[in-house]
Amino acid sequence: MSDVASGVANVPAREALSQPGAAAVVRLAAPWLALAVAFAILPAIFTSGSALTMLSLMGIMIVFALSYNMLLGETGLLSFGHAVYYGLGGFLAVHAMNTIIHDRLPIPLPLIPLVGGFSGLLFGIIFGSVSTRRAGTAFAMISLGLGELVASSSLILRGFFGGEEGVSTNRTKLLHVFGLNFGPQIQVYYLIAGWCLLCMIAMYALTRTPFGRMCNAVRENPERAQFVGYNPRMVRFIAFSLAGLFAGIAGALAAVNFELVNSSEVGAGQSGLVLLAAYIGGIGSFIGPVIGAVLVTWLEVMLSDVTDVWQLYFGLLFIGMVMFAPNGIAGLIMMHAPLWQARAYRPMLRLALVYLVALAPALVLLAGLILFTEMTYHLSVKATEGTTISVFHIAVDAASAKSWAAAAILIAGGFWLFRMTWPVVGAAWHEAFAQARGAGSVK
Amino acid sequence: MTAPAIELVDLHKNFGATQIIRGVSLSVPAGQRHAIIGPNGAGKSTLFNLISGRFTPTSGTVRLNGEDVTGLPPHVINRRGLSRSFQVTNIFPRLSVWENIRCAVLWSLGYKYAFWRGIEALPDVRARTEAILESIELINRRRVQAGVLAYAEQRALEIGITIAGGAGIILLDEPSAGMSVAEAARAVALIRKVSEGRTLIMIEHDMGVVFDLADRISVLVYGQIIASDIPARIKQDRAVQTAYLGTAA
Amino acid sequence: MLELVTISTLNGVLYGMLLFLMASGLTLIFSMMGVLNFAHASFYMLGAFFGFQISQIVGFWPAFFIAPVLVGGIGALVERYGLRHVHRHGPVAELLFTFGLAFVIEEVVQMIWGKAPVDYRVPALLDFSAFTAFSTNYPAYKMFELLTAIAIFAVLLAVLTRTRVGLIIQASLTHSHMVAMLGHNVPRVFMLVFGVGTGLAAVAGVIAGPALVTQSNMAGLLGPILFVIVVVGGLGSLAGAFLASLLIGLVQTFAVSINLSVADVLGGIGVAPPAGGPLFDLWNVTVAQIAPIIPYLLLVLILIFRPTGLMGTREH
Repeated sequence: MSDVASGVANVPAREALSQPGAAAVVRLAAPWLALAVAFAILPAIFTSGSALTMLSLMGIMIVFALSYNMLLGETGLLSFGHAVYYGLGGFLAVHAMNTIIHDRLPIPLPLIPLVGGFSGLLFGIIFGSVSTRRAGTAFAMISLGLGELVASSSLILRGFFGGEEGVSTNRTKLLHVFGLNFGPQIQVYYLIAGWCLLCMIAMYALTRTPFGRMCNAVRENPERAQFVGYNPRMVRFIAFSLAGLFAGIAGALAAVNFELVNSSEVGAGQSGLVLLAAYIGGIGSFIGPVIGAVLVTWLEVMLSDVTDVWQLYFGLLFIGMVMFAPNGIAGLIMMHAPLWQARAYRPMLRLALVYLVALAPALVLLAGLILFTEMTYHLSVKATEGTTISVFHIAVDAASAKSWAAAAILIAGGFWLFRMTWPVVGAAWHEAFAQARGAGSVK
Repeated sequence: MTAPAIELVDLHKNFGATQIIRGVSLSVPAGQRHAIIGPNGAGKSTLFNLISGRFTPTSGTVRLNGEDVTGLPPHVINRRGLSRSFQVTNIFPRLSVWENIRCAVLWSLGYKYAFWRGIEALPDVRARTEAILESIELINRRRVQAGVLAYAEQRALEIGITIAGGAGIILLDEPSAGMSVAEAARAVALIRKVSEGRTLIMIEHDMGVVFDLADRISVLVYGQIIASDIPARIKQDRAVQTAYLGTAA
Repeated sequence: MLELVTISTLNGVLYGMLLFLMASGLTLIFSMMGVLNFAHASFYMLGAFFGFQISQIVGFWPAFFIAPVLVGGIGALVERYGLRHVHRHGPVAELLFTFGLAFVIEEVVQMIWGKAPVDYRVPALLDFSAFTAFSTNYPAYKMFELLTAIAIFAVLLAVLTRTRVGLIIQASLTHSHMVAMLGHNVPRVFMLVFGVGTGLAAVAGVIAGPALVTQSNMAGLLGPILFVIVVVGGLGSLAGAFLASLLIGLVQTFAVSINLSVADVLGGIGVAPPAGGPLFDLWNVTVAQIAPIIPYLLLVLILIFRPTGLMGTREH
């Protein structure tokens, strides 16, 4: 967790503070300024309309996933119902927007995420007072139950949830400021990017407070936390409420982006998605969920165009990560951190080469699995559409034995070759670390 | 006359039908170093759990500085000035040594659940953490992940976490368990240093440590205190000898 | 009125028995291995679909025996090659593994059988009415479901308390290290328990499939209720799971048959409906319409008044 990093990071930061004020402030603020600049120029690099939409979605997901990690990564609370605060934030935001439009209130669009935040905080407190009575597995099940409760209520409270169609609004009808009506996507992108940056800074700052540190302590050893004077339940309750606040902001941003909120935003699917994003990115660091949010959003948009069973691939990717890389992508990157810190660049390059070599059979194996899956899908459900499908832009006849034989060969051959590379990768890894230890100051 | 630091009045604890603590009464005045010894299974750790709030007594009263704390949750008792260590090392394994101690000083410095103040900007937190680390001689290991420390270092960290909050009453559960003679001697010196001016109650098996440190010894056998006196007299007490050796020496 | 009560009680007990068939396997797995099998309802669904598919080939009765064995076998393999591997990464990873598994199973079922319900029918042999209570014909198939569930419990109880394997399982529940020291193959016991637990869920699917709708969203509908049951009953308590299953089974069944609106019920105790606002819909809704969320309301109540569940032990 960033506690290992932070154990290291704490000391440099401490030393930074003992330097003259200006230098310290610059060092702390530099990464955020760089991020702000990056957010600002991204639309200039990715100019298409669909890219802009995807960037907007990524911004929303980053806030949502980071809020989720306040629970799981920081405090050890596994929630299956976090979308409740996201969705309710969206609903309250959309109702607020409609009320503002109807009553011509002088409230501009950029302030709407505050409504989402308020909603998230409110419901976080209400449901959190009940949820945080238990921890661990029980908490996870309770979050699931509460999520279902709210999702099912959406069919009953039709006035608030708008029934099956949901509630819609028009973001251009609010008070215009600086001549912006937020009709074009580019304006919405900058709104989202601004709020995303704000939330990122806020959530990062939270980890560097006494409360944030105790969240980690409660995650590690709740009993010990009691015996140093902290009530673990109170720590969890506050974490839960604050996580709800930021989820609500994300939900409001989504409401602004889509101009529509429906009951699927509070449902199990949305809760599962943010869990996936945070976990795949890596719950052990602050940047993990950011990586996960970007990746999952990209996959979701790209894959759903290419194949109908993209959710299956998601699930398999998730299981694969749980089994083989439980610290996520960020964790995999962090494993190499000692090499970087020891400036062992040569060994790192060599290691990267070995990875590439091992990647080839892995890709063959993957291709075989995809072929198998797509063919099965087409034969069973889509049989009426004929048996020819297009996999990687190659026409394949799902009914012919040759295709199945090809899949079998790809899978078996790919797996066998891949297996052969494992000892090579292992050896290269140890080699790289040994060299780094010899060369520099690897711990 | 000031109230004793710890007062136990006819404490009982049953687990189902099994009686573990069967009527323990004890009074430890402030500033005393008190050792609790006894054969395995006597209920010593259970007694600590009752005092520190981890278990609720079946009957009886626990008083801290004169106030009734029976049945209060551990964090409340801790806030009232009692801190304890554990027989099986109970630290924050994936946090660094520095973080472990820092978490232990936060409440006593009054920061509570503050999520609006940056922790790096709190000089008293940093100063106190450094001081504790110096006293347990782990200042050079402050960046190491607590879970990978050597055993004796983890025990020292455990003691550090226990005293970091500045509690006036300290309970140490077998602090020198599993240590070599040299390590135990260092632990004793540390304990003597940190318990200066505080009340110390200690569970120990190492008689050398006990007789070295304790002002007073109580002997717990089958959930009851069979003797409570100064070390010299405990050594000669027949009931104690019988309990430990089976026959009178 | 008496007719309603009798039929609802019968149906409620039956529903509760089916729920317990699943909750018992779940509790057994949780007590033994410390992992809550998020995919438990998915194995129930697999049982129903396998039962359907096999009965298309060889008929209902062979399917009744083959399907649970197949699904239990899959469960054992999942434990052996999946869960066991994840165990070292901790309880969160284990729960997430089963969560991913549930997701993947649902996608695979959807991929193979589609999203629409499949035509899993009651076998001709049982397609008559067992008796006529008042004016309603009570189907024989439902009696069959009830009797099967009871028979399975009897067998389970006998195995657990009177056979050697059962005693080993009971011992492994609390003292797995000791059992391993005594020479028993604890990992194999785990695999057996996981296989049997999921097999039990599959049996529930095989027999419930024809009576309820067999569709790829079965697991998603029943899963949350199952977890509410184990939390309400007390995690790790079989007796609690039994109580909670019956409770929820009866309450939901009775609620569905009540056509009073919430306004009628609350009006009866003197609470007047609000004029407007977001909760206005609530007042005109009938109790039958809110029946699906009653288990979750029960969950909230238990959490407020008795957080460790009806028969749960205190957490440290």
